[in-house]
Amino acid sequence: MVLIVSIIAFTILNPRFIQPATIGIILQQVAVIAALAIGQTLVILTAGIDLSVGAIAILSSLLMANFAVKNGMPGILALVLGILAGVLAGAINGTLVTRLKLPPFIVTLGTFSIFTAIALLYSGGQEVGRRQMPAILNWAGTRIQLGPFRITTGVIIVAILAIVMAFILSQSSWGRHVYAVGNDAEAARLVGIRVDRVLFSVYTVAGLIYGITAWVQIGRAGTASANAIVDANLDSITAVVIGGTSLFGGRGAIIGTILGALIVGVFRTGLSLAGVDDQWRVFAIGVLVIVAVSIDQWIRKVKA
Amino acid sequence: MSTTPRTSELSEAEQSTVGLGAPPVLANTSETVLSGRALVKTFGKVVGLDGVDVDLFPGEILSVIGDNGAGKSTLIKALTGALIPDAGQVYLDGKEVHFRTPQDARGAGIETVYQTLAVAPALDISANMFLGRERRRSGPLGSVLRMLDKKGMKEDAGKSMANLGIATVQNMGQAVETLSGGQRQAVAVARAATFATKFVVLDEPTAALGVKETGQVLNLIQQIKARGLPVILISHNMPNVFEVSDRIHIARLGGCAGVITPKSHTPTEAVAIMTGATTLQKG
Repeated sequence: MVLIVSIIAFTILNPRFIQPATIGIILQQVAVIAALAIGQTLVILTAGIDLSVGAIAILSSLLMANFAVKNGMPGILALVLGILAGVLAGAINGTLVTRLKLPPFIVTLGTFSIFTAIALLYSGGQEVGRRQMPAILNWAGTRIQLGPFRITTGVIIVAILAIVMAFILSQSSWGRHVYAVGNDAEAARLVGIRVDRVLFSVYTVAGLIYGITAWVQIGRAGTASANAIVDANLDSITAVVIGGTSLFGGRGAIIGTILGALIVGVFRTGLSLAGVDDQWRVFAIGVLVIVAVSIDQWIRKVKA
Repeated sequence: MSTTPRTSELSEAEQSTVGLGAPPVLANTSETVLSGRALVKTFGKVVGLDGVDVDLFPGEILSVIGDNGAGKSTLIKALTGALIPDAGQVYLDGKEVHFRTPQDARGAGIETVYQTLAVAPALDISANMFLGRERRRSGPLGSVLRMLDKKGMKEDAGKSMANLGIATVQNMGQAVETLSGGQRQAVAVARAATFATKFVVLDEPTAALGVKETGQVLNLIQQIKARGLPVILISHNMPNVFEVSDRIHIARLGGCAGVITPKSHTPTEAVAIMTGATTLQKG
């Protein structure tokens, strides 16, 4: 709803907005945040929060780039190891949450710093450019023409990721258990769901998604840099929240998150085409979060 | 209530005599669905269970009553794997069992409805009914894609509810949070009744309910019995207990103050035994 209204509004403000070229650009811009937000959705569905999204993605991307460039590994091996680093980072989050019984906020606040530091220490703070990297690491940036839309393979990767995760969440028993744990962990335990196992798997799968996102990010930016996606944490949470997933857990869906990410993208690009100053765009996103969530809560209250 | 405070002071002195009022005749465990023998459970210096015997016969409703701290919950937990007794035996269908977790007991066909209900409010009725034991679709959709058989589960959830005479809820796709307290209780009870093969334990099922809803839940308990499943009912509510029970196990001070029936004793006498104002005569 909000998405359709804002698309119409921005088209009125600047007719160029509805053109396929603009839409293609929005999709490319949104892809990375949408992908991170998919992982974030899983974590938030269990009533957790992941502040280490950006850090894991940066760590993953720097590792895969440096493995290939510094250590001379074949591109495909570097890619797989980089993604596995994301999985490992997620598994560390999951272990800390389930074994030490620490709140996810604290755990991921800590690992956010730790993973960022490791990434910087390992890379020496240096960027790895497009030319240096093997082709496979840049593959996600390949442009393809889909009808009138020009998108990248990265967009397709993220779309597939979204479809697969949405399918698993709604169609598998694991998906149901994720919702049940977020709804009421004690009730889930009493009906025989292994809550710790579900939580651990959620953080690990989220890590996998961040690792894949790292690949998409390299394709998008053309470089692997520690300064990339610095706003990823808040942007991913923004997308999830605008998408109607409850921060208290147990309610929400991937499709909402994707729409949430698109709404933010549409706002950014739309306002910029309408000639609005950069800071005012940030301002507008903030207003959007508050308005979207209030409307969502109001609808829920009326329905109930 | 009016006489209890006065007499309970006396009861402290009478403790030893009350302790002797153990159940008169121990049943042969081959005749019972479930039996506990000389169950002991201590928590540090606190004695939760002090050598308790309990029997559940086929097709009966056994109530467990007792004051707070009398050992009702400890007894039930020791029987259903939520606690491991320090000493004593548990027999299921005449065979000794050692439940280590509630899952063990569930695997053996024992279902428990907890006071907290253990439902996920945002999930629908059918999802809650099958939570933790979801069914997959047949064929490659289930084995390869691991897809849930949502339709089949919904149909079966509807059948279970209908079998138990729960007519107020029709749409199994309704989120549990949209239901009233009594309806939620009905979902939890229906889940237990559907999957139990030995017996069902209900922990204070009417504590949070109004008069009308309480009646519905009592009706449900009778329905479960009518299907041949024995029920253990833990309750504080004397009128409810006397309305549905075949036998009443009175827990007191970690032991058993006696087993009575609604015919042999009045609710007032039951309360008196429960608080130690009266001791039960042997035989």
